[in-house]
Amino acid sequence: MAQMTMIQAITDAMRTELKNDENVLIFGEDVGQNGGVFRATEGLQKEFGEDRVFDTPLAESGIGGMSIGLALTGFRPVPEIQFFGFVYETMDAISGQMARYRYRSGGTRQMPITIRSPFGGGVHTPELHADSLEGLMAQQPGLRVVIPSNPYDAKGLLISSIRNNDPVIFLEHMKLYRSFREEVPEEEYTVDLDKAAVKREGTDVTLIAYGAMVHSALKAAEELEENGVSAEVIDLRTVSPVDYETIIESVKKTNRAVMIQEAQKQAGIAANVVSEIQERAILHLEAPVLRVAAPDTVYAFTQAESVWLPNHNTIVEKVNEVMNF
Amino acid sequence: MKRTLENIENQFETFQIMNEEGEIVNEDAMPDLSDEDLKEIMRRMVFTRILDQRSIALNRQGRLGFYAPTAGQEASQLGSQFALEKADFILPGYRDVPQLIWHGLPLYQAFLFSRGHFKGNQMPEGVNAVSPQIIIGAQITQTAGVGLGYKKRGENAVAITYTGDGGASQGDFYEGINFAGAFGAQAIFVVQNNRFAISVPVEKQSAAQTIAQKAVAAGIEGIQVDGMDVLAVYAATKEARERAVSGEGPTLIETLTYRYGPHTMAGDDPTRYRTEEEDNEWEKKDPIVRFRKFLEAKGLWSEEEENELIEKAKEDIKAAIKEADNVPKQSVTDLIGIMHDELPSNLQEQLEEYKEKESK
Repeated sequence: MAQMTMIQAITDAMRTELKNDENVLIFGEDVGQNGGVFRATEGLQKEFGEDRVFDTPLAESGIGGMSIGLALTGFRPVPEIQFFGFVYETMDAISGQMARYRYRSGGTRQMPITIRSPFGGGVHTPELHADSLEGLMAQQPGLRVVIPSNPYDAKGLLISSIRNNDPVIFLEHMKLYRSFREEVPEEEYTVDLDKAAVKREGTDVTLIAYGAMVHSALKAAEELEENGVSAEVIDLRTVSPVDYETIIESVKKTNRAVMIQEAQKQAGIAANVVSEIQERAILHLEAPVLRVAAPDTVYAFTQAESVWLPNHNTIVEKVNEVMNF
Repeated sequence: MKRTLENIENQFETFQIMNEEGEIVNEDAMPDLSDEDLKEIMRRMVFTRILDQRSIALNRQGRLGFYAPTAGQEASQLGSQFALEKADFILPGYRDVPQLIWHGLPLYQAFLFSRGHFKGNQMPEGVNAVSPQIIIGAQITQTAGVGLGYKKRGENAVAITYTGDGGASQGDFYEGINFAGAFGAQAIFVVQNNRFAISVPVEKQSAAQTIAQKAVAAGIEGIQVDGMDVLAVYAATKEARERAVSGEGPTLIETLTYRYGPHTMAGDDPTRYRTEEEDNEWEKKDPIVRFRKFLEAKGLWSEEEENELIEKAKEDIKAAIKEADNVPKQSVTDLIGIMHDELPSNLQEQLEEYKEKESK
């Protein structure tokens, strides 16, 4: 096994699928010769040729629409949106078009498209680079939204996403790209979509998170342990649809839950998870399910970023509120 | 700067083969069509005009649903479709149902599309097309993708899309023709300039004197065609198709045409934005009237033949509506079933819920 960063695992997943399926195409702004602005596609054009790994003109709506056309001719496109804040430019291609094509063809056509895109705060980007927009995507029927928190899952989830016959929005937290390495098999494997993972077992409270916040939750759980609170940590991995089975099973055991997201509090994934918990398990709850989230402003790029973003301290505070209710 | 613009605009003259009197004015450009082909084009235009009249009537009776009238645009729609091969892929706008019908979509399914039934969207096996696009211009970037896909696969086929003069203002129009040019996509972009985007006249869409000239900025071929002249539309599309499949790149075709009816049957009143004089002027250019004159002069067409055709068309339309009426109504469970390949857990739960509701 090799030690890989998350971005290396992502490159490895794409290499695996380029080898496995000649219909897989990888394209976007700067992904060819340059290997992507984060080097996610490093070496792939050289290895697989310009016909399969290529640069596009700088236009996200064009990239989205072209992906649909390629899917209509039997390809399995893996386009990159350079930063997810640019997705507004291609919202119609995603939500108005590819998410609806199976329906719009009466179930006769499919859109096996995986849109990869970096997002997430804490890396000092300009405006509209770091925003967490998964909640927007999660509201669109017909899409899956996948967010890995570690190299192993990133490879397995990306391979599963590329093989999935419906569109997947695959969001890669920038802070996780190179923050740590772990053992990742060089051979192919998959991680199931739509399935959460219990990252740490506990008995007193369930912490639910995804992306970079999984690591903040784990760090908070360690601190809580020192204070005698046993926290279970769940990594959603797929944020739409959410694996409620795993969450409810945990909440029935711990009777308390805190949902953590880096995105703003309004609407979004956390609001939905909290609603579902109370609909499905209210008689098991000893306290209200609270949320840790960012304030409802635009992303505080560069300035005040460290206060704006939730972290392990804000998680510990919320857990204490729940424990002391 | 002005000089450059004038030079470009002066080069976009309207391509015409047959004038309003049905006379051939550009013999050199006359396409190679057999007498039977010529008659078939006429039959299709007459059928489509009758279909339009019947569809408007059915809509008024509340029996059709969404409908965008087509009368006036038959030459643009059917002349271009007649230049296609079966393998070619159509990405239509919402007014472009006739092209789908002649490409192989059964008429009863076209009616189901109007009614919003998912079975109207199921193209029969081997019919390369998608359902009419509702979002103006979204199909244009997709066409670049289909055209690139065909190029990658070495297919002897093109992607063709249709939009209107309003569509040529959308960002996706520019992105689509630019992508197609950059990748050498096997694609044809038809802009049916019927002079009004609902009510806004084409003069207010752009300072450009033609839509065809927009091809220049994308580095692709562009041509403006008399969209009431079915021979010119056919010839321009045929040539664009040849160019696309032989690796010479995509083409933008602007057809100058007119819709006689309202934008759609959902309450649009053209008298608010068009004059009767303008309507009358365009009706003098009518594509069917002039093609009838042309065919009659060649001894290929008679009033009797046309009347028989009209009666047959009315019967076919009646039978198709009956067939559409016989299709069971779409259910919520049907809808849930066609959203995903593998049903996600939320929809699995909702499927059970609606199965129960709908079984009552």
